[in-house]
Amino acid sequence: MTPVFAADPSLAMQAIGLTKHYGQVVAMEGADFELARGEILAVVGDNGAGKSTLIKALAGALIPDSGQVYLDGEPVRFSSPLDARLVGIETVYQELAVATQLDITQNMFLGREVRKPGVLGSVLRQLDKKRMRRQAAEQMHNLGVRVQSIRQAIETLSGGQRQAVAVARAAAWGRKVVMLDEPTASLGVRETHQVLDLIRRVREHGLSVVLISHSMPEVFAIADRIHIHRLGRRAAIVSPKTTVMSDVVAVMTGALPSDAVVSAALAPAGAPDF
Amino acid sequence: MPKSENTRFRRTAVRAGCAIALTGVCAGLVPGAEQADEKKLLIGIVELQLTNPFFDSLKKSAIDTAKKNGLDVMTAEANTAGDSATQITAIENMINRGVKGITLDPANATALVPIVKKARDAGIVVVTTNTSLAPMTAADAAYETDNLQAGVLIGRWAKATMGSKPAHIAMLDYDLSDKTSKARHDGFLKGFGIAEGDPQIAGSALNMGNAETGQTAMENLLSAHPDINVIYTINEPAAQGAFFAIKKAKRDVLVTSIDGSCSGVRSIADGTIGATVMQFPIRMGEMAVEAVIRAVDDGVKPSGFHNTGTVLITDHPVAGVDSKDSKWGLENCWGK
Amino acid sequence: MGTRELLGQVRMQDPELTVATAPQSDSTEGAVAAAAAPPASLQRPTRSLFAYPITGPLFALIVIFVVFSLTTSTFMNAGNISLIAQQSVVIGTLALGQTLIILVSGIDLADGAIMVLGTVVAGSIASHGDAVLAMVLGFVACIVVASINGLVIARFRLPPFIATLGMFTIIAAAARLYSQSRSFPVTSDLLSVLGSGPEFGTVAVTYGTMLWVALTLVLGYALNETPWGVRVYAIGNSPIAARLNGVNVTRVVFSVYALAGVFYAFAAWQALGRTPIADPTGYQIANLDSITAVVIGGTSLFGGRGGVAGTFIGTLIVVALKNGLTQAGIDSLYQQIATGALVMLAVGADQYLGRGHRA
Repeated sequence: MTPVFAADPSLAMQAIGLTKHYGQVVAMEGADFELARGEILAVVGDNGAGKSTLIKALAGALIPDSGQVYLDGEPVRFSSPLDARLVGIETVYQELAVATQLDITQNMFLGREVRKPGVLGSVLRQLDKKRMRRQAAEQMHNLGVRVQSIRQAIETLSGGQRQAVAVARAAAWGRKVVMLDEPTASLGVRETHQVLDLIRRVREHGLSVVLISHSMPEVFAIADRIHIHRLGRRAAIVSPKTTVMSDVVAVMTGALPSDAVVSAALAPAGAPDF
Repeated sequence: MPKSENTRFRRTAVRAGCAIALTGVCAGLVPGAEQADEKKLLIGIVELQLTNPFFDSLKKSAIDTAKKNGLDVMTAEANTAGDSATQITAIENMINRGVKGITLDPANATALVPIVKKARDAGIVVVTTNTSLAPMTAADAAYETDNLQAGVLIGRWAKATMGSKPAHIAMLDYDLSDKTSKARHDGFLKGFGIAEGDPQIAGSALNMGNAETGQTAMENLLSAHPDINVIYTINEPAAQGAFFAIKKAKRDVLVTSIDGSCSGVRSIADGTIGATVMQFPIRMGEMAVEAVIRAVDDGVKPSGFHNTGTVLITDHPVAGVDSKDSKWGLENCWGK
Repeated sequence: MGTRELLGQVRMQDPELTVATAPQSDSTEGAVAAAAAPPASLQRPTRSLFAYPITGPLFALIVIFVVFSLTTSTFMNAGNISLIAQQSVVIGTLALGQTLIILVSGIDLADGAIMVLGTVVAGSIASHGDAVLAMVLGFVACIVVASINGLVIARFRLPPFIATLGMFTIIAAAARLYSQSRSFPVTSDLLSVLGSGPEFGTVAVTYGTMLWVALTLVLGYALNETPWGVRVYAIGNSPIAARLNGVNVTRVVFSVYALAGVFYAFAAWQALGRTPIADPTGYQIANLDSITAVVIGGTSLFGGRGGVAGTFIGTLIVVALKNGLTQAGIDSLYQQIATGALVMLAVGADQYLGRGHRA
């Protein structure tokens, strides 16, 4: 009588026992993950801890050897990033994936261009540029991102603005979850503030956010909870309200054991063997 | 053509010895740079025209003559204009292989001289076809068309045909640094009785010796000089192209050319080209190879310049210039 | 899918088409006051005339025309202009395919050879067979060969320069072998129809010229008004960004090379219209001419920038230069120098105007 595992439907995303081996190398080993609805979850960890592997598995860019991912309590299986997108998970990669010579609108709709209705759209495959521009302008406006014109080429934007466009794109298309990989890594102080504000607004729009970051101050400024990743699995999940920065760093590096900090987990950790 | 006797004897003798490089079976020896062909079929002054059927005819004739006489053959060709390096390498290979003779269409008149000397020092008989080395005596003998004379023939024909009508001449040349091209150009002027820069020359343009570039050159010249009424062209494809331009401009222009390909002779027959001068690549190949054979077998070394012949072909003969008509031309033409 | 979600996320309101008055947003404070941020303008941002990639080539073309009309009395007349148009159709059509390929950061050294193969296949079949069949097979030959290029480059990731260089060598030889080095006069009306057309005095507007313009417009539409076109530019700009956004880069790049093959086939038809002889020795440097036309027309060799309007102008520049210099009696070697100098100017201008190409 093995107990049937039921994922928690109140969690936006959950993962149990994710494992990935590359030959002898263990990239992930029994990694758990949980993301509450409407929260900003920061994922921190030292280099080589396996954060990227975890995020790739959640984004469909990587297929785990074993383990299960749940979305709103339902099990999901991704065989490509497109699958993840189709269920409403958008990812902003570190290199941003924007085409610099295209304009904001074209980037927002890249890969998902809108065509005109009727014959013009289906037979002649004509783009509905006006509609796309309008929607892009609105999306940017609602997220408070300011640019001179929605028809500006990305290459004319500053680093922070580009990041903002990438985040706005993910927020526009994401229905459930937006994952951001080091979004402020190459930005200055001022622009970092901008992007963090933007991320807060994304949450206000009802999306759940996963944020990989190396910057502790940033994490503590914005995260609702912090997922500490170490040696291919989750070492702890804590709240910035109940855990100090130095302890988080200590758990990250292994100086402190996982049980030395107060767990903020909502779902029981671990799982029966799959 | 004088043919050697004792075919069987020759065959045995040669087979007992080493391969004589002429043409034929490259046997995929070296992909890319094939074996050197004495008869650099595709080498010649105008190497871009490796595709020019003239070189094919020359090559085929040499190969056939060699085979008919029971020889083994090594071939090589340079595929681009002026590519002497490939030819030099090929000749070195042939020297190593111990060929008895080489027929060569030099890509460059001076660059090939040292390697030819080396070959001759090794006792190999070297003759040139189609174009000669500088100095010509660097090779044992030369077998080629007298391109100057070819130009002279059509020049004289054109002059005579024009009669007293004022002439406005257009010269559709190939790159004039090419010996053949220059010789034909100069010959035409000489035959017409004018010098470089004569006011009767309305204009000149270079082309690549094929139809589309001939056409473009002619179109542009006609645009600038609508009164052009005589043209010299480097070869028949260029003339055929020029004719399209002439027809479209609805002009009456006398078209002259050189080569004597069967396609060109057909153009004589249908009036596209007024007169052309035939050259004889088949005879050239035969003569060259047979000279080598004679040298190897009988020790009679070839020497000197051998004119393989130029014949004016036209259906509108003029007094004072010998010519043959297109019917004869069709029976003696080369190519297709 | 996505659109509906987008509409759900964003409250649709009437767009306000006001130009944002605020300066480039680097000010944190402005960004913090989120709700007060005015909507981004839907207008095109103003930029200098020279930011448009077509300005330079157009300028050059005008200069060429002006200079020649002053130096050569026979240049600037209706008959010669229409001649220039006719002389442009082959390279012009060929260059349309080349434009596509260069836009995705590729290059095709085999385009001329593929075109010649098409003429030779069509010409040889038409000389003893049905003209329609000849044309169909000519088209098929071009498209198949170009598709092989596409397969090798898009799927097997061979560098375009190398792959098309190899193809060029193979096809040039193949055309010769197939035709046994002979040329075929074309008598079929169908094959040579593009050379004819209505005449108005000295001006002849050939069907070929009309076709060239039409093909340019069609390709321009495809590049500017369809999702495929956006993806082509995106791939040229940053294949990584394209891929990460769900664009099937392999498929689009393959389609580019295959479609280019269609244009090469049309170029073959143009060639037969202009010179009704299928000649394996023709158009030997058409590949360089087509690349020249594309580059002079402002399309960047790095991909992602430029287009068919520029190529149209670039073609006219190349042809007008040759036409004018020949008429002026200037040696063709100087023509080459002039054309080469223009190419360098074009590429230099591309760099100078500060175009950042890589994402």
